[in-house]
Amino acid sequence: MNKTIITVVGKDTVGIIARVCTYLADSKINILDISQTIVSGYFNMMMIVDMAGTSKEFNTVADDLEALGKEIGVVIKCQKEEIFDSMHRL
Amino acid sequence: MINIYEVVETNEMIEKENLDVRTITLGISLLDCISSDLDTLNKNIHDKIYDAAKDLVKTGEQISREFGVPIVNKRISVTPIALVGGAACKTKEDFASIAKTLDTVAKEVGVNFIGGYSALVSKGMTAADRLLIESIPLALSTTDLVCSSINVGSTKTGINMDAVRLMGTIVKETAKATKENDSLGCAKLVIFCNAPDDNPFMAGAFHGVTEADKIINVGVSGPGVVKTALEKVRGESFEVLCETIKKTAFKVTRVGQLVAREASERLGVPFGIIDLSLAPTPAIGDSVADILHEIGVEHAGAPGTTAALALLNDQVKKGGVMASSYVGGLSGAFIPVSEDQGMINAVEAGALTLEKLEAMTCVCSVGLDMIAIPGDTKDTTIAGIIADEMAIGMINQKTTAVRLIPVIGKGVGETVEFGGLLGYAPIMPVNQFSCDNFVNRAGRIPAPVHSFKN
Repeated sequence: MNKTIITVVGKDTVGIIARVCTYLADSKINILDISQTIVSGYFNMMMIVDMAGTSKEFNTVADDLEALGKEIGVVIKCQKEEIFDSMHRL
Repeated sequence: MINIYEVVETNEMIEKENLDVRTITLGISLLDCISSDLDTLNKNIHDKIYDAAKDLVKTGEQISREFGVPIVNKRISVTPIALVGGAACKTKEDFASIAKTLDTVAKEVGVNFIGGYSALVSKGMTAADRLLIESIPLALSTTDLVCSSINVGSTKTGINMDAVRLMGTIVKETAKATKENDSLGCAKLVIFCNAPDDNPFMAGAFHGVTEADKIINVGVSGPGVVKTALEKVRGESFEVLCETIKKTAFKVTRVGQLVAREASERLGVPFGIIDLSLAPTPAIGDSVADILHEIGVEHAGAPGTTAALALLNDQVKKGGVMASSYVGGLSGAFIPVSEDQGMINAVEAGALTLEKLEAMTCVCSVGLDMIAIPGDTKDTTIAGIIADEMAIGMINQKTTAVRLIPVIGKGVGETVEFGGLLGYAPIMPVNQFSCDNFVNRAGRIPAPVHSFKN
């Protein structure tokens, strides 16, 4: 397992999840969990993904998703899971 | 599994509340570089630092990318140069040539600062110590990234007043040597009591002789995160206030711990300590004074400020020690003036004086920091201010420090601009009464009675 958290923040629009999931499927990145909520009027989505199966480097995936976000008009960030684990779990 | 609210909380801390890892500092021992030939010594120093630190910046940037947390500075600290250069340096210029080497290699590897142009003279000075101290104005005016620190006292040894007097003059000479840049050289010069061997923060970082060959120390920060957390508990009891600070400090420190572990693994260098300091920057919302305001004082400096700061400092430590087993360095709340917009506002409003800042240093983690004073302040007055601050450290068994900037050609009411993380500062008035007869006595102040613990 090589868990990464992908967050998408921005104005809600049609097809955000579809676009991100298509990229992940093409890159052989497995989605473990998806949740979404509205924070201060903004669409917030979080995906927990497993990057163990992909041949792409972390930086490449992060750059690709960032570019995809710009295309759709949202901000997409990739962060390794450990930062959230460190902060929120004893 | 991590939930979306936790993810959002972490990312808001980073994006809106200025949570960052302030520095990854690589400590490097230079003891094995010692040679009696100056050219060989300089080459040894250059090669060892270059070899050890060539991947530091790249590694820091990669960690920052993967976890999505800014790592603002990458720095190097080295063995106090007075120890390293003693055998080879016969003149001030010889010592300054080492400063030049440090500056060159720091630029080659791309770090922000290199610390350790230092001498440890808390009881006495060797000829090399004195020569290094006398070379500071030249060294700091001919380099960009070199930082200097001098330890002139400790609880165990007392205060070396000969060194204090000398430092009063050296601070002033450094100000004169860099007067074209608003005496900026003094922002890179710290005088300590009880200096820690493992401090990752500049300008006071050096790699102590008790340390391993190389070590990674990490400094975390986050005044904005604490301030935002406290906004949610306005009017609540002290218990709630303290709990909130502790929990926030815990979260911030855990991020530092993660970054330190990763950096240590990737660079193949052992992890030393986490320094969890609330280190403000001039950015709006990244202020310790704003936290004090949120705790309940109108401006930093108002009655109650020292108590509020004591509480803050202690809760930060309590939250941090739960988050990492190796908390060290300075750890606590920094109260620099020029680097903290809230402090600057307090000075400009007339709420904060040099004397109140001195009282606050009794309970914060460091000392009189980044305070601009008139350029015509006497050497002996500067030495007197240093002596007062060292006495607070010695008696209270804590680290204290002085980083004063006598701005040549400027007086009270004027402002000085340092730029970047160093910020700007209104020049503060200094007590005009003389301490010449006190400072001019020779020798040292003995160690206090409570240091005899053997």
